[in-house]
Amino acid sequence: MTKTLITRRSVLAGTGALLAAPSIRPSMAQSAPIRIGVLHSLSGTMAISETALRDTVLMMVEYQNSRGGLLGRRLEAVVVDPASNWPLFAEKARELLQVHKVDVTFGCWTSVSRKSVLPVFEELNGMLFYPVQYEGEEESRNIFYTGAAPNQQAIPAVEYLMSADGGDAKRIALLGTDYVYPRTTNRILRGFLNSKGIADADIMEEYTPFGHSDWQGIVARVKRFAAEGKKTAIVSTINGDANIPFYRELGNQGIKAEEIPCVAFSVGEEELAGIDTRPLVGHLAAWNYFMSVQSPANTRFLELWRAYIRNPRRVTNDPMEATYTGFSMWAQAVAQAGTTAVDAVRTAVIGQKFDAPAGYTEEMLPNHHLSKPVMIGEVQADGQFNIVWKTQNAVPAENWSQFIPENANRRRG
Amino acid sequence: MRRIAILLLVLLAPLAGHAQDAFEAALAGLGGGFAQQAEAAERLGMLGDPRAVPILRALSDGRLLRAGDGALLVREGDRNTFALTGAAAEISGAEPVRINNRVRAALRGALGRLSLVSPDQAERLAAAEAVFRSRAAENIPLLEAALARENVARIRERMELALAASRLAAGDEAAKRAGIAELGASASTEARAVLLESRAAAPALAAEIDAAVTAIDRRLAIRHAAETFFQGLSLGSVLLLAALGLAVTFGVMGVINMAHGEFVMLGAYTTFVMQEALRGIPALAPWSLPLSVPAAFLVAAACGAVLERGLIRHLYGRPLETLLLTFGVGMMIQQAVRLGFGAQNREVTSPPWMQGTLELAFGVTVTQNRLWILVFSLLVLGLTVAAIHLTRFGLEMRAVTQNRRIAAAMGIRTGRVDAFTFAFGSGIAGIAGVALSQIDNVSPNLGSGYIIDSFMVVVFGGVGSLAGTLVGAMSLGVVNKVLEPYAGVVLAKVFVLVAIMLFIQRRPRGLFALRGRAAEQ
Amino acid sequence: MRAGLGAAVGLLALLPALNALPTDHALHVSDFIVSVTGKWICYAILALSLDLAWGYAGILSLGHGAFFALGGYAIGMHLMRLIGPRGAYGHPVLPDFMVFLGYTQLPWFWRGFEYFPYAALMVLLVPGALALVVGFLAFRSRITGVYLSILTQAMTYALMLAFFRNDMGFGGNNGFTDFKELLGMPLATPRARAALFYASLVALVAAFLICSVLTRTKYGRVLTAIRDAESRARFLGYDTARHKLFAFVLSAMLAGLAGALYVPQVGIINPGEFNPGNSIEAVIWVAVGGRGTLVGAVLGAFSVNALKTWLTSAAPDLWLFALGGLFVVVTLFLPRGLIGVFDRLRKGRAP
Repeated sequence: MTKTLITRRSVLAGTGALLAAPSIRPSMAQSAPIRIGVLHSLSGTMAISETALRDTVLMMVEYQNSRGGLLGRRLEAVVVDPASNWPLFAEKARELLQVHKVDVTFGCWTSVSRKSVLPVFEELNGMLFYPVQYEGEEESRNIFYTGAAPNQQAIPAVEYLMSADGGDAKRIALLGTDYVYPRTTNRILRGFLNSKGIADADIMEEYTPFGHSDWQGIVARVKRFAAEGKKTAIVSTINGDANIPFYRELGNQGIKAEEIPCVAFSVGEEELAGIDTRPLVGHLAAWNYFMSVQSPANTRFLELWRAYIRNPRRVTNDPMEATYTGFSMWAQAVAQAGTTAVDAVRTAVIGQKFDAPAGYTEEMLPNHHLSKPVMIGEVQADGQFNIVWKTQNAVPAENWSQFIPENANRRRG
Repeated sequence: MRRIAILLLVLLAPLAGHAQDAFEAALAGLGGGFAQQAEAAERLGMLGDPRAVPILRALSDGRLLRAGDGALLVREGDRNTFALTGAAAEISGAEPVRINNRVRAALRGALGRLSLVSPDQAERLAAAEAVFRSRAAENIPLLEAALARENVARIRERMELALAASRLAAGDEAAKRAGIAELGASASTEARAVLLESRAAAPALAAEIDAAVTAIDRRLAIRHAAETFFQGLSLGSVLLLAALGLAVTFGVMGVINMAHGEFVMLGAYTTFVMQEALRGIPALAPWSLPLSVPAAFLVAAACGAVLERGLIRHLYGRPLETLLLTFGVGMMIQQAVRLGFGAQNREVTSPPWMQGTLELAFGVTVTQNRLWILVFSLLVLGLTVAAIHLTRFGLEMRAVTQNRRIAAAMGIRTGRVDAFTFAFGSGIAGIAGVALSQIDNVSPNLGSGYIIDSFMVVVFGGVGSLAGTLVGAMSLGVVNKVLEPYAGVVLAKVFVLVAIMLFIQRRPRGLFALRGRAAEQ
Repeated sequence: MRAGLGAAVGLLALLPALNALPTDHALHVSDFIVSVTGKWICYAILALSLDLAWGYAGILSLGHGAFFALGGYAIGMHLMRLIGPRGAYGHPVLPDFMVFLGYTQLPWFWRGFEYFPYAALMVLLVPGALALVVGFLAFRSRITGVYLSILTQAMTYALMLAFFRNDMGFGGNNGFTDFKELLGMPLATPRARAALFYASLVALVAAFLICSVLTRTKYGRVLTAIRDAESRARFLGYDTARHKLFAFVLSAMLAGLAGALYVPQVGIINPGEFNPGNSIEAVIWVAVGGRGTLVGAVLGAFSVNALKTWLTSAAPDLWLFALGGLFVVVTLFLPRGLIGVFDRLRKGRAP
């Protein structure tokens, strides 16, 4: 597949040509359109994160159509609103597969929504691309995971904190929202830290409910925890909404990144767009993509996004990139397989390589996860991240962590 | 200024001739890798050349640029100068030099050393802080010299602490002991950290260090208790703000407004809109937050009036139906905001006077924004009480609440009073939104997080009693914060909820129960 | 009316049979329709139970979602135990989430749930016991109206917060998923879906009959009297607290039953079910259908949920306006709900 540089103009021109030139349309309209399910919450608590992913999928559908669709067929998005309600996710998944007969679905953000739809996709042999970093400990023949597994995010980030550049941390405060991703990640991290000689007494672990907004007590306790004479760092698995009050409190209580750096796994450009980041300069985030990555692929991605969303202030983030990469790999696989049939595409997706906006060639591995680079960014005053560290190569995902002892006697299927 | 420079030069750089080359060499290092940058910053700090100050500051602010040929430039406004010579530079395409936390820490230490004798008080304070953190024995003479000139008590205190910490880092045993004693006499968590950090390196002094730490801990215990109490009051003030509007609409009128949280959210969005609208007017931009208070009141009050006149008035006497109706209205307002402003959070910046911490007596520190919100909530409560008890409108409102038919017979237009009362309560909710925009997400979901807590506060305090709302909110806040360290955030909240439920069944009318006929309705 | 009901039940009963027809048959009904209808039937049972408390006893509970969720959790625990060694980690006893949260043995309150009769008993007993405690305390202190509503809302809110905690031993936010089988039937099959569908339908009919008989007895009439004038009923010598308590507990048990039928059909139970918003929605079904009539409650549950299912796909950005608008219109203009409309239409047509 040759790649041409896509500019805003060429996208618009392409779309325009599609609409204007009837000569192209019959060839695409000959057969039924390929249907793309979009299963992201547009209302309720998760709308804040998931609407941008809906837009990314719609952007990709429009883009793909502007290039003549796939297999000579037009793509058509079917958008539903599971409304941040987990049983509704399962219902909508079934509706997408059985009523709308979609060929592939892009969707879900929270682990619980994925776990809710997983049996449906397995029963009806559907195909779901899941674009968010998660706790691992799962695999399904019907799901492709394009976000990070814990070894592609959490462990490299903590290794960085413990390095000379990251500040030689010897004491770690693990703060998280009380759900499975932080619990599992922190369990993996505890195992990892213990293996590096950090005792349990030097690890603080605290969980808060979703949307927690009063961080005074916890931040004060972290300050006290840091007063034990060892260099301290915070590892935050705090979920989306609770981050803004948390960072405001960090800033107001005067926790500077040089003293107690805080590395977050769920804070990206979208979250920072809601706060004044000047007091937070130097705090860290670990992801597999930042909007500030300098690569031709990222330039293309950003141009496509800006042309689609028509708002120069809208940012991109890691799950959006994962959606983009997942969609592109699926499109490549369909082109290669010559069909949208799930079984054929599943085989074809594995081994697909894609020049991702992260600036690395990512590959879909047989465990349905991607190889991804790991990057650590420092928050800048403008709400972007300055990449201070990244891996040499894309790291293959380990969805079953070696730091969870029970994985040794896992049933392999 | 010159005297200061000379003093520094005398102290730090006896070989001025060599210093020129050393300065140039160290400066070049600022453009290198992170490790090289950190080392260069440290060396510049040691050299004591005051020319380094603006350069280091530029690097720390992201204003140090590197041109294509490696020359370092300082950006000042829209003008670039060469870092080394200070001459104007006409070079385009220079990229900002990036730093990381390690460099940032080195820069702070170096700047601290260089600005200990700065004429600016805030700079000196920051310098003392920075030198305290970098704690090197080399700083001892510098600190002693600076202390001799210093006459601001607060800065002296920090410098003495920094001196003690530097002594602890010295090789000499007697100096170490002096440092331990001085640090032990403070009540600072940072001093505690420094002591514990040096404990491993000085096993001979372990006993003394332990004694000093125990002494600090004793002093800190009182302070922590005071701070926890403040945190509780602060949480209480947020609850109070969120519940006050409800105390009017529910407590006085008996209308269950499930869209109350959405009015709070509208207030927060008004703050955002005001901020964006005033951005272009430099004279008003810094005042956008205070100006948002009346704006949010008007917006929410207008929505409230429309809701009351258009819908709720048809349902008086059927409180449970209003509950369902306003739930539907709340859903629609939330989705309208989500479609209008986007589902993402909106950024509302805090003015400088609402950032950072404030040190009260005995070293008790409180965050500025929380303190302001506490004051603000009491102010709003005071105004609400005044509006109800001192104005004509308040009199009519109370009359209608107590006996609608007699009030109507006396010539009060009850319909208008209802509309005004509901608008007033909604307006207060809008004001709460302004305050919440400073601590929480400005998102369409903002209000839904507070609605249940607000109802609990009103019912717990006693429906119809503003004093009850105040006492209820504050006591819930404090109990929550006291329980939190033991039970964890979630269980603390669950305990409080269960306690309220048990309390309500003991005293169904709440803390401050209304007596007499009004209570029976 | 009665004939209409019978016809509706008969029509519903046909669905799984139509589902079994070949997919290209004109009368074929997709799995989706069957499973979504099965869900609505469970909601209808919940609406019935709420109508018994609100429509007949005047107890507006804003916490019925909690009873529904507790019933769901009880059956969920049974389903989790049935997974046995088929979990991802192959642990013979512990469910997956306990394994990776580092549990070494089953918490005491999980014992016994491997037996279906015990779990089925708990489906009724746990919500019933909670209702008994809350109701006893509330009715004894004569907490009524709005206060009672807020009290029950606090109850479900506190339970939601508690169940979100991973340390509670109920799987936290992820709750229970990945169920394998129930009573020897693998769940992800049309046969199991049909069986659950029929079980739900039978439960709905049974609940309907129980409620309709109950409300016609003397007890039912006393209940209505309490709803309309509690003090007067008390002065006439009725122990109003006890009457209300019985209705409340029975209602909670029915809600628990609805939850227990719901969970195996949707394949997940999580603390989101305790969300106060869900309970309010259930109240709205009853209000939309027609409070105080059993048919109304069922009708409301079906119509609102059908509308929601349709609109979340047909108008994903705007469905909240439609639903919110419906609530406003119903409370303002249709105080007796859809049933009221039907009645008026029928009377209007009658000569």
